[in-house]
Amino acid sequence: MTPRKDLLDIASLSDEEITFILDNAVPFKDLFRRSVKKVPTLKGRTMLTLFYEPSTRTRSSFEVAASRLSADVTHFDVEASSIVKGESVIDTIDTLEAMRIDYVVVRHKQSGIPNLIARNTRTSVINAGDGWHAHPTQALLDAFTLRERWPDLAGRRILIVGDIQHSRVARSTSHICRRLGMQVAYLAPGSLMPRETPPEIKIFGNWSDAWDWTPDVVYLLRVQSERLTEPFFPSAAEYHRHYGLTDDRLRILDQRALPLMHPGPVNRGVEITDAGMNYSRSLINDQVENGIAVRMSVLYSLRPEPL
Amino acid sequence: MPAARSLLFSPEALDAAIEDLAARMLARPPRCGGEAHALVGIHRRGVPLARRIATAMERLSGNPVPVGTLDITQHRDDLGTLEHLPPLLGSEIPFDIDGACVTLCDEVIFTGRSIRAALTELLDFGRPSQVRLAVLVDREGREFPVQPDFSAHRIEISPHQRVSVHFTETDGEDAVYVDTPPPAAP
Repeated sequence: MTPRKDLLDIASLSDEEITFILDNAVPFKDLFRRSVKKVPTLKGRTMLTLFYEPSTRTRSSFEVAASRLSADVTHFDVEASSIVKGESVIDTIDTLEAMRIDYVVVRHKQSGIPNLIARNTRTSVINAGDGWHAHPTQALLDAFTLRERWPDLAGRRILIVGDIQHSRVARSTSHICRRLGMQVAYLAPGSLMPRETPPEIKIFGNWSDAWDWTPDVVYLLRVQSERLTEPFFPSAAEYHRHYGLTDDRLRILDQRALPLMHPGPVNRGVEITDAGMNYSRSLINDQVENGIAVRMSVLYSLRPEPL
Repeated sequence: MPAARSLLFSPEALDAAIEDLAARMLARPPRCGGEAHALVGIHRRGVPLARRIATAMERLSGNPVPVGTLDITQHRDDLGTLEHLPPLLGSEIPFDIDGACVTLCDEVIFTGRSIRAALTELLDFGRPSQVRLAVLVDREGREFPVQPDFSAHRIEISPHQRVSVHFTETDGEDAVYVDTPPPAAP
């Protein structure tokens, strides 16, 4: 493929680009079993992580990915207090230009900030999550993990459970699953279900109806603690009882031999139990490992504009 | 005007050249003794070449010849300027490389840059005790100090000409051509 400048969402990727990124992640993952887990692909390039919202896993996953491609990695500390207005983001762009950064990984609680940065810099911008909008590398790693399980995803059914309304993971992952021919269903309390969803997505309000749909894989979303208040939901225990993967529901998952996914980090006792975390068909650790390979593949596919 | 094409190896000549390479490689065993030959083909057309040499060596010697593959894309020194990013095929070395005697196989050696990249990729898997190089066509024009230990044919052509090696596995036919592009419009 022709190198892209930015990765901002899944919707702007062509089918060819999605396949290119997923296919190339396979040899990147093979690299992890070698004595030298490193290739010189991005030698002399610099990647900066710019996280306006805290994250340990996504940030370190990008940092490991870039290191294994021989890029230099640096982190731009954004003080929680200097909460960011449009102006200061523009200042940051000037700084990126001056520092001659090649790749910048951005997370921001406001949708559209990565796009704003991308439009105003020659640096390649990767969206690592913006508001409720998109989290494209999570979607790609989820698709990669699913493809390891089933090389052809067409017709497979994924049930996404949790706070759909506020989840960029749900938005991006359900988008890529549909692009790859999967059927998608959401299971969520009414207060956490988006008002509008694409007509091809099935909507369920309880587990019993969702089981009847016979999903091939169950994808739990993280319940954000700030949502566990009125008017969204009365309590964590209440959420767990109605929508969490209780031990009873885990038994059904096990009887049907269904894999389980979660973007992490999990809230034990809310969307999942301790037993769920030890479930033999859980793909949660695969998702973490695959995240590095997929992010290496994303970095390989991008190229900043020349100086 | 399309490129002018002249045949360098017919299918029969290609078979004979591979057979001859295999025989010469067996006649000059690697220094390290012990473990016999292992071949590593460089993607793409070094891979069918390595497999065919291995088959011929197995037939001539009666001993198995392991074959690995190398994808050198990430070691290319022009990766940052390519207009199209190549898909990654991955490297696979199905034998223990530490202490092994390895013969790299590629269809053409020209500037020597691919072999430089292949050596770097190979060494990421371990420390072979000896590495040799076998090519089908040794073309003048080295930019790096790398020479083949075995070659089937040596050729001196002008810089704008091109050697095209075709294998049934990758191109649907067995043949080696020299292509001469039409002169650029004035």
